[in-house]
Amino acid sequence: MNSLPLITSWLSLGSLEPHPNVTPSVIFGLGWLYLILFCMNVAWTWRSYHKGHHIDLPAFAGGGHIPTAAVWATYSTVLMLVSVVHFSCASSPESFWLIMPDFAKTAVDAIVADARYFFAATTVGFFLMLLLREWLARPNIGWASLNLSLLFLTISMTDWDFRQIVGKPDNVPIVAMLFIVGFFTWVFFYRANENDRRAAQGRPPVEAENNEKVLTWPDLVYTEMICMIAATALLMLWGIALQAPLEEPASAVKTPNPSKAPWYFLGLQEMLVYYDPWLAGVVFPSVILGGMMAIPYIDFNKLGNGYYTFNERKFAITTFMFGFLPLWVGMIILGTFLRGPNWNVFGIYEFWDVHKLEALNNVNLSEYFWYGLGQPLPMAPAGSDFWTQAPYILAREAPGFLAIGFYLAALPGLMAGTIFKKFFIRMGFVRYMVFSNLVLMMAALPLKMVLRWAVNLKYFIAIPEWFFNV
Amino acid sequence: MSVGDYIRDSQIWKSVFRHPAPYDRRNRVVVMLTNFFLHLHPVSIKQQGIALSYTWCMGGITFFLFLVETITGVLLMFYYRPTLEWAFNDILALRDVTTLGIMREIHRWGAHAMVITVWLHMYRVFLTGSYKPPREFNWVVGVILLKLTLLLSFTGYLLPWDQLAIWAITVGSNMARATPVLGHEGPGFQFLNLGGYDLITNASDARFLLLGSRFVGEETLNRFYILHCVAIPLAAAGLIAIHFWRVRKDGGISQPL
Repeated sequence: MNSLPLITSWLSLGSLEPHPNVTPSVIFGLGWLYLILFCMNVAWTWRSYHKGHHIDLPAFAGGGHIPTAAVWATYSTVLMLVSVVHFSCASSPESFWLIMPDFAKTAVDAIVADARYFFAATTVGFFLMLLLREWLARPNIGWASLNLSLLFLTISMTDWDFRQIVGKPDNVPIVAMLFIVGFFTWVFFYRANENDRRAAQGRPPVEAENNEKVLTWPDLVYTEMICMIAATALLMLWGIALQAPLEEPASAVKTPNPSKAPWYFLGLQEMLVYYDPWLAGVVFPSVILGGMMAIPYIDFNKLGNGYYTFNERKFAITTFMFGFLPLWVGMIILGTFLRGPNWNVFGIYEFWDVHKLEALNNVNLSEYFWYGLGQPLPMAPAGSDFWTQAPYILAREAPGFLAIGFYLAALPGLMAGTIFKKFFIRMGFVRYMVFSNLVLMMAALPLKMVLRWAVNLKYFIAIPEWFFNV
Repeated sequence: MSVGDYIRDSQIWKSVFRHPAPYDRRNRVVVMLTNFFLHLHPVSIKQQGIALSYTWCMGGITFFLFLVETITGVLLMFYYRPTLEWAFNDILALRDVTTLGIMREIHRWGAHAMVITVWLHMYRVFLTGSYKPPREFNWVVGVILLKLTLLLSFTGYLLPWDQLAIWAITVGSNMARATPVLGHEGPGFQFLNLGGYDLITNASDARFLLLGSRFVGEETLNRFYILHCVAIPLAAAGLIAIHFWRVRKDGGISQPL
């Protein structure tokens, strides 16, 4: 074996340990993954065959019909061949060719390795999903999306860095969660579309039909029993397959880099980049919880109680989903898979280099304001006491106080007269103020992100003397 | 007479199960009324309220995982000692030598799964509008249960006493020192002072209350152990009871009355 490329690859990674992208066991394991994909698609082909749907070819291709099942059968055959290739080539990893190509890695990393593009992509993706919900919720499209994401995951496994981050035992449930959340979002749209079509025809929702009472024994208790057995079996298999993580014994003097909170709190840790701990760690979590508890009392819409619908509850569902998908789950992905040493953002195929530098030149609103006027910041004489300092500090931060005051006090009033007019009339003053402040608090995170990226804004109000930074 | 009939005819069996097996309609009704575990359910139920594609079964699985966590947790408590001397070694032994040490794997993966299923349960309840009247209050109870689930997982994270554990808890609990007024690095802590003497210091603030110390140490391990094994599970169990009770009293899991 020629060892020269291996040595140069060590050097380029800046590490003494070899980081092989593919090894015989990786290739062999991927063979199994493709085999599972093959089996899944055989089942889907079988389903398509019985449904008997066709795909219409465009005119330039002859304008005929192909059975959908034929497409899936061809795809399944390719998967089987790919699987066989993996099993038969496992012994010679250095000449293995079915890997994630470098140009694709660079292209993907160019998007995800930047919090701005990542957030823009998740937000645009979210609204595209809402717009294209009719098309996306079709079973064949849903199945194709699942296949695409699984193929992406599988072929990405041929990258060493990707395997390190996705294969960490504690990260496995997060990968699973992404697919599960995606699946249930799909289920929601599938059922909501059906009901929305029915509503347009003046028919009742699916849930209102076939809704006679049945006996709990056997109809419910058997379902519960089967769910319990399935859950137990799954947990046992999971426990056997994956060992619970256990690192070195705790040491108060050896700080790992990065230090991460448990994965379900990584959304909050991500907020720390943009807001100080008193907001990101205390106030916002409390507002999130309080706001969620307030939902039933501020949602005055009587429609959509007990059945899936999107059209009848557009605002409520869009807001909640935006909070859950891009802001909560999206931030967990960012925190888990993309945040590396020194809390820098890394691509999914990028080596976690401790020495990666990111310039941070953030500016406070007060600095923008006073330097923009060509004035120095108002400063109390050195060594003065609290009461002498306070007016200077308040004067210095006046632009920030005005901005926040406008945002939380004046903006609700403006919105009540314009975009939220109907809401204000239906809700009354107290409810409306709670609602509008909750919406504005939720918008505060993306707003600060955009301002940070666009104009390097550090704080609206910066009073480090009192630990009061907003 | 078959063996099954002989057993079902015995005095012992009849003393436990007060009615014949639920083979006919009448006994399918009475079994729901006379069995302690089954009486959580109503006797009959709307078909759509139990359709898997509607409910996703996530609330039920969350409750089942809570039971799994309780059982595996009690078994782990027989083995694990929450002290600096033993905590890590006991987990190491659970991994390497203890019979049925897989309880720890099931406990940890069950905890991760429970966080995910409780989110999905909330997602389903929101998407079907099931929080709408008359179920507003039960949604509030549910939000508290969600918070308790996260806290259960968070407090349990520390117990293995490895690097992953103490630094995750250090990162998480560092936020508490920035609590407004009650944290020694939070805005407004200066207001709580008596005659120039600060009441809120790093040895008396919200973070100290959580950790029992100025850093994540043995007191923290003890505090989190008790929160994880006793305090939060009791609170959660009580709220789960209320949650289920209200599902019944509010007319099922979903749909207007």
